[in-house]
Amino acid sequence: MAETPELVHPQVYASWETRGYWEGAGRGELVLQRCLSCGTVQHKPRGVCASCLSGDIEHFVASGRGTVYTFTVTHQNMVPPFAAACPYVMAYVQTEEGPRVLTHIVGCDPADVRIGMAVVADYQPQQRTDGEQFAVVRFRPAD
Amino acid sequence: MSLSGACAIAGVYEHPTRWAPDKTEFQIMAESAKGALDDAGLAIGDVDALFGASMTMGAMGIVELAEYLNLKPNYIDGTNIGGSSFVAHCTHAAAAIHAGLCDVALVLYGSTAASTAMAIGTGMGHGTRNAWESFQSPYGMTTVGSYAMVAQLHMEKYGTKPEQLAEIAVTMRRHAGLNPAAKMRAPITVDDVLSSRLISAPLHLLDCCIISDGGGAIVVTSMERARDLKKKPVQILGCGESVCHQEIGAPDLLTMGARQAGERAFAMAGVQRSDIDLAMVYDSFTITVLSTLENLGFCEVGEGGDFVSGGRIGLGGELPVNLDGGGLSNNHPGMRGIFLVIEATKQLRGECGDRQVKDAKLAVAHGTGGTLGVAHSGATLILGVD
Repeated sequence: MAETPELVHPQVYASWETRGYWEGAGRGELVLQRCLSCGTVQHKPRGVCASCLSGDIEHFVASGRGTVYTFTVTHQNMVPPFAAACPYVMAYVQTEEGPRVLTHIVGCDPADVRIGMAVVADYQPQQRTDGEQFAVVRFRPAD
Repeated sequence: MSLSGACAIAGVYEHPTRWAPDKTEFQIMAESAKGALDDAGLAIGDVDALFGASMTMGAMGIVELAEYLNLKPNYIDGTNIGGSSFVAHCTHAAAAIHAGLCDVALVLYGSTAASTAMAIGTGMGHGTRNAWESFQSPYGMTTVGSYAMVAQLHMEKYGTKPEQLAEIAVTMRRHAGLNPAAKMRAPITVDDVLSSRLISAPLHLLDCCIISDGGGAIVVTSMERARDLKKKPVQILGCGESVCHQEIGAPDLLTMGARQAGERAFAMAGVQRSDIDLAMVYDSFTITVLSTLENLGFCEVGEGGDFVSGGRIGLGGELPVNLDGGGLSNNHPGMRGIFLVIEATKQLRGECGDRQVKDAKLAVAHGTGGTLGVAHSGATLILGVD
């Protein structure tokens, strides 16, 4: 089977709460949140801690390393641009810092993806007309 | 007095249509309402509480539905938590009736998903201007894809086999063959399932529910009133609801809403899993059935593959599941939770002919709404007859 076809991911939209994540991705960084009150590390980003509701939240740059928690090789999705990109690998990656992020696994044959496989973050910058410097986070096999 | 046993399903109706290009959702709901009220021996004028949900009803949809039916109910509830909504509506109706807020509740569902070519399983993943959804939309998340990730994890962790998932689809089709109203009735084999095309690995085409039009209705009233109506009352003995989601980012995808909702429902009913004569569980995909039975406590998490094997969940087996053929073969208009309650009720009234579970006294119905691998709701009912 051929390598996953390159897919141009749909545009993302940031709220004030999620902007830190997308701007981080635009710089090539995986940005997560930590509560300064109780220490909870969380994703998706919020304006409050989802454990204790404290508003005292910091963003931090995660390692970008993780393992495949689970995945599916998608053979049918009727919506462009995904229809043309099948088969593509959608996955949850368990980050070293704790949260699992929904993502794609790229840079290898879909048939070679395994649960537990070591992966690193890979960033696809978005071509945008609104001036935002965002990127979509995918993961590829660790070297 | 406890809610357990205080209220009953007094009437049900499964709309016979599977393809209705000539009908609207509300029309299907109204025709279903007539059917369920006739079944109960009631008239539309007796209804003082309205519950409903559909794939296209908007924020004020329940008010529009009341207008369509020319109803001015004392109690309205348009809760939409996905396909499980109608199971939850029965709970909400029972609670409201028990609290004295209303007397006769009508629960309605209608859909033209098939004839309007709604892409239920593989059409998600659009770009969106919703910041929260932007964590999914770049990745082409599909309904089937989210369930497939649960199946993949189950297989990796517990050695569950594609053949075991396939047996679920084969069993549902066998039941559909005994249901004259079912859309897909021709028998299939495990090999047929495994050789059907992969939609989202490891799930094949025949691991997925069908798409149909359809609808249904349920009448809930007090046990006291139900005793004087046309049909044998089916008591609501236990109920529970739940949601599962991404939490702070690290959910266990093998824990379903069925666990929390099921535990509460069984505790309220005061019955054991071994007391249950049949189970009606949402079968959007084969993995949904396996994981639901585990989470409802019929076996341990990880044992589902063995549990569904060897005919155990077929008619005549230890725990017959989805006697109508389920969403995998009977009908799936997008939100099929209402049919779980309708078939459980008919089974407990002994009206199911060739697919009747002998001497059925106690049934569990569990609806799952949304998607297992992303966020979902669960609603459980334990139903029984004397």
